[in-house]
Formats: sequence, C-alpha cells, structure tokens
Amino acid sequence: MNLPPARLALSVLTLSGLLLVTACRRDGEASTAGPAEQGAPAAQSRGERVAAEITGAGATFIYPLLSQWSDDYHKATGNKINYQSIGSGGGIAQIKAGTVDFGSTDKPLPPEELAAAGLGQFPSAIGGVVPVVNVEGIAAGKLRLTGALLADIFLGKVTLWNDPAIVALNPGVTLPASKINVVHRSDGSGTTFNFVNYLGKVSPEWKQKVGEGTSVPWPGGIGGKGNEGVAAYVKQIKGSIGYVELAYALQNNMAHAALQNAAGNFVQPNAASFQAAAATADWANATDFNLVITNAPGAEAWPITATNFILMYKQPKDVKRSRQALEFFQWALDNGQAQAAALDYVPLPPALVQQIKAYWASELKF
Amino acid sequence: MSASNSLPELNMPAPVGGPRSLRLGDTGADRLFRWTVTAAGLFVLVSLAAAALSMLWGGREAFQTFGWGFFTSTEWDPVQRQFGALVPIVGTLVSAAIAMIIAVPVSFGIALYLTEVAPAWLRTPVGAAVELLAGIPSIIYGMWGLFVLAPFLAEHVYPWVDANMGQWPVVGALFSGPPLGLGMLTAGLVLGIMVIPFISSVMREVFLTVPTPLKESSYALGSTTLEVAWDVVLPYTRSAVIGGIFLGLGRALGETMAVTFVLGNAHQLSMSLLMPGNSIAAGIANEFSEADSPIYLSSLIALGFVLFIVTFVVLAIAKLMLMQLQRKEGR
Repeated sequence: MNLPPARLALSVLTLSGLLLVTACRRDGEASTAGPAEQGAPAAQSRGERVAAEITGAGATFIYPLLSQWSDDYHKATGNKINYQSIGSGGGIAQIKAGTVDFGSTDKPLPPEELAAAGLGQFPSAIGGVVPVVNVEGIAAGKLRLTGALLADIFLGKVTLWNDPAIVALNPGVTLPASKINVVHRSDGSGTTFNFVNYLGKVSPEWKQKVGEGTSVPWPGGIGGKGNEGVAAYVKQIKGSIGYVELAYALQNNMAHAALQNAAGNFVQPNAASFQAAAATADWANATDFNLVITNAPGAEAWPITATNFILMYKQPKDVKRSRQALEFFQWALDNGQAQAAALDYVPLPPALVQQIKAYWASELKF
Repeated sequence: MSASNSLPELNMPAPVGGPRSLRLGDTGADRLFRWTVTAAGLFVLVSLAAAALSMLWGGREAFQTFGWGFFTSTEWDPVQRQFGALVPIVGTLVSAAIAMIIAVPVSFGIALYLTEVAPAWLRTPVGAAVELLAGIPSIIYGMWGLFVLAPFLAEHVYPWVDANMGQWPVVGALFSGPPLGLGMLTAGLVLGIMVIPFISSVMREVFLTVPTPLKESSYALGSTTLEVAWDVVLPYTRSAVIGGIFLGLGRALGETMAVTFVLGNAHQLSMSLLMPGNSIAAGIANEFSEADSPIYLSSLIALGFVLFIVTFVVLAIAKLMLMQLQRKEGR
C-alpha cells in the first residue's frame, strides 16, 4: 500500500495470480499426503481443504481490506479466501456466470436484477471519496467547496481558482488566478460511480448532461487510470482537482477539500464523518440494501460516502462453499472491524450489522 | 515412417560417382518438410483471419447500431450508450505520426554512426545497448514518461512552447494549450523513444550488409562519409530500411501501456498537441474491465477491429509508396 504511484492494480493482479498458483500447489500436495497418513480424520482435513478454496472477485475498492481479512481469517481458522480485484463490473459478471463463490460491487444492484439472477446482496465495508486539489498555498482540509460548486468545476463552468463562487466560500484563503485542471478516472470504477452519483444529487445540470455510471462522458479534463493514476496526475499538475478514495489521499499527503453536506455543515473526510453518513442513511427501508449513501442527511455526515456490496447466490450450486463464504463474512463482521479502521475504511454501524445478520437468516438460508 | 526407413541407410557407403538417385524415403521426408513449413506459413494467415473475424464478430452489435457513424462520431458516452471511434482513431494516428517524426531521423543517425563513424571498439557495446533498450517493457517507458518526462516538460518546455510556438501562423493552434505535461505530444515523444531501438537495430543490421567494395570505391572517388551514406548505403538498403520503419510504426500504433500513462485518456478532440487525447489501445485497456453493458463491450471490441484496419491501411499505403519508389528507379 505504500507504493501508490506504482502500478498498484497490476501488482495486485500479479500477486493474486501467484496466490492462486501457490494455493493450487498446496492443495495438490495435501491431497496426495492427506489420506495416506490417517484414516478417519482424513475426511475432516479434506473438508477443510475444500474451505481453502473460497473464491471471490470484484471491486478494487475493497481489495486491501479483503486481503487483510483473508490473511487474518487464514491464521484464525486455516481457511483461505482468494479474491481477485478485477473491478465491480467484472465481479458482477463472474458471480452471474457462477465462476466464483461471491462477487463484490461498489454499485448496488436493484432488487429486480438480483431476483432475476437469484442473488442476494449485503454491505461489507464503508469508505469515502474525497476531492483532492493541488493549489499552491492550500493545505489539506483548508479549501471549502459545496456540492453544486464541485459539479460546476467538473462541468467546466467554473474554470479559475479565483472564481467569485470559490472565493466567497473561502474567506482568508489566497486563491491564485490560475486555470482549474480537472482530473478524473479513465477506467470504469465504483469510485467514479459514487462521485458522480453525488454530483447528480446536488446538481440537476450534472444529472441531465452527464448522468451517473461507473464511467461517464466527462465534459472535460484528463483521465488517470485507477486511484493511483488520479493521485499521480493531481500531484503533478498545478492547479488540478481530482477525486480519490480517502486512503490514497492520506498515503500521498494530498490536500483534500472540505465539503458542505446535506445538512449545510462543512465537514472533513474522516472515519467519524463517514460513520455519521453510514449511520444516518436510511438502510432500514432499502430492499436488498439497494442504497447509495451519498449526500446522507446527518449533521456530521461526509457527503460522498461509499459502500461496498457482496453478492451471493440464494440457492447456490455448491452449498458447502457458499456456507463457508458466509462464515467468513460473519467472522469479518464480528472480528474484522479493527482492521477496517486501520486501513481507512469505516466499520459498519451496529444497527446495520444487525440488519445484515437478519438478512442472512431470512434470505441466504442454505 | 519414412524417417525410420532411411536411418539404416545412413551407414551404407556413399555412392561413388554420378548423381545420387532419389529414393522413396527421401521424397517422403521432403514432402513432410514441405507440409510442415506450409503449415507454419498458413498459421500466420489463419491466426490473422481468426483475430480479425472474431473482433468483427464481437463488435457486430456496435457496427449494426452505429453504422458508419461509429467511425466519424466523436461522442463516447457510456451513460447514454452512444459510442464513436473518431477521437481514439485520431489520437492513435497523431501520436504514432509524432513518434515516427522523432524516431526515424534519430534511428538513422544511430545506425549510420554505428556502421560508418564510430570507432570499431565502440560498435559492439553501443549496438548491444540499443538492443537492450528494445527489451525494456513498455510499462517502464510509461512510468518514466509520467514521473520524469511529463513534470520536466510541464515545468520547462511546454510553457515556452505555448508562449512562443503558439503564436506561429497556421500551426500555432497545434502548440497552444495549458502546460499539463500530459497529452498527445508527450505520448508521441515517449512512443518515439520506445521505437527508436527497433528501427535503429534493423537499420544497423542492413547497413552492415552493404558490400565493402561499393563503399570503398565511392571513397576512392573522393566521396565524403555523408555522400557515401546518402548515395551508396541508403539506396542499396532502401527497402529493408523502410521495412524497419514499418516495424516501428506498427509498434507505435498498437502500443498500450506507455500511452495510457502519458496521453491523458480524455475522449475529446483538440487541435492542440498539448491537450490530452485518447488512443484505441489505451481506450480498450482502460475501459474493458468495467464495460457494463453489451453495447459498451461490443464498441470496445469494435475499436480493436478498427485498430486492425488502421494498422492495415497505414502499412498498405506505406507498401504502395515503396513500390512506386522502386518503379521510378526502374527496378
């Protein structure tokens, strides 16, 4: 995680490939040695061996947390999780094709689509997207922006840093008369989805002209590949503004902006404001947790808070493996929240955890 | 079967005098050889056709939906599901053109230096260094372009280009724009540096094939090194040199990773070379994993087919030019 400028995604892919290879090899060794050694307990060890095969694929957003979890889970139980961070779209496609035990997406699927595919959906972790700027003399958290202004900047309507609209929000901050260079993601991404979903909620013009999705027709600016690509561009280009997940902003020492939330308060992106957003979001009335928690109503809520979702079959072909995958997420909800906080994710609020467990009991009974 | 038949015969004494008579085993082995090399030759054609057809098949939905508009539209809207390939097509051609403008003269210089000018003890190490450069993975060039070249250009070069060359008549629009450091010109520069080793090592090899007597007689008649290079070496090797340039051009057109890093990946058409653009290969690499609707995926595969056509057309035009050149020379 400490090489943000490097091609993180690529190394992640290579790593997961390596993991897969070693996992398979271990497996082969075990199967030749296992039954010969003991008689009766062999069946048991074989059962555990199958557990070592839980596979998942999907969003890159959750990858650092999932790999931490799977490492800890392996130490605690001996079971292994192979997660391939191929992107939300890939995760949805793979789980629909039935090649993995669980999929992961940053964009919740609507209940109709879930029902058509026979899938269930629940949140796994919460994080946040933050606007980052590279303007001389502006330190982290000092620049204040509203959602509508952010939309106007990304629409190309506000083009200078000393635009009256920005100056009015930031008394006491010296803003240069230089051009605003917009940086966005060039690849499809759940980060983009949550960011533009928020812009669409606060700017009717954005909703009408650009819309929302994992990739959108950007009105201007340049595209960086991945969070690390956007971070690298923003760091290099003077007068630029982009958006990344909080972890990338912190690791790269980038200057993030404070945003005005739905309640009218200017808030800083951190665990507390993310948690406030998650807590005040209306989960109780969201069927299959189909809720994007941007622009949450809480007084202290960070407006671009994002949730990652796990997709699993309600009637899986391989009941045993799905049960083991569910055990893993159960373990993660009960024991994995400290790791989440350490990696700049936010633990799910207790009420939401209760709701997820109730959902498992009623929907994922296999 | 034929091979095992002919084996014991190897121990027989060679026929003395007269031509060797062909035995049944020999024709069988020869036939096997012919079939093998024919299969290898056909393999190229089959894989070429298979690649082109499977991309055409994968992109059929995009071609059916957008028709010829796919080639002329600048719109690329994953939300409204409207796709046009003009921006990446232009980006691919322009960045490759810039690369060739830089790479061809430099490669020519490297190859001539190594074959005609450099002291003998220096030729092998520099030649090996050029070949080593060709082996560097493109992602390394991309990262170097992003972290070293782009900031340097943004800080020291592009502001000057914008201020001075931006005022030039006619071509001024090409050189005016914000000094982002990323964009078409940077991509062309990185691509140029990437293909130099390919072109120059081919050029060096073919320059070495020029018979020494030809060069020596030219020197004997009082030619300078420049005249020997221009009037003897180059005409003798022209078609092979152009072949080497094709090789570099093909690589520049299809290069993905290095371009993705420095091109800026923006679906916008701009006159300015300082502005970000998009290329076909970079677009596919960026967007393939998250293409979330069938028409989006189909459009990306169709882009792959377009790259195929673009490469084919560019190389065909170059080949035609070469043939015309040879006809003029009366060969």
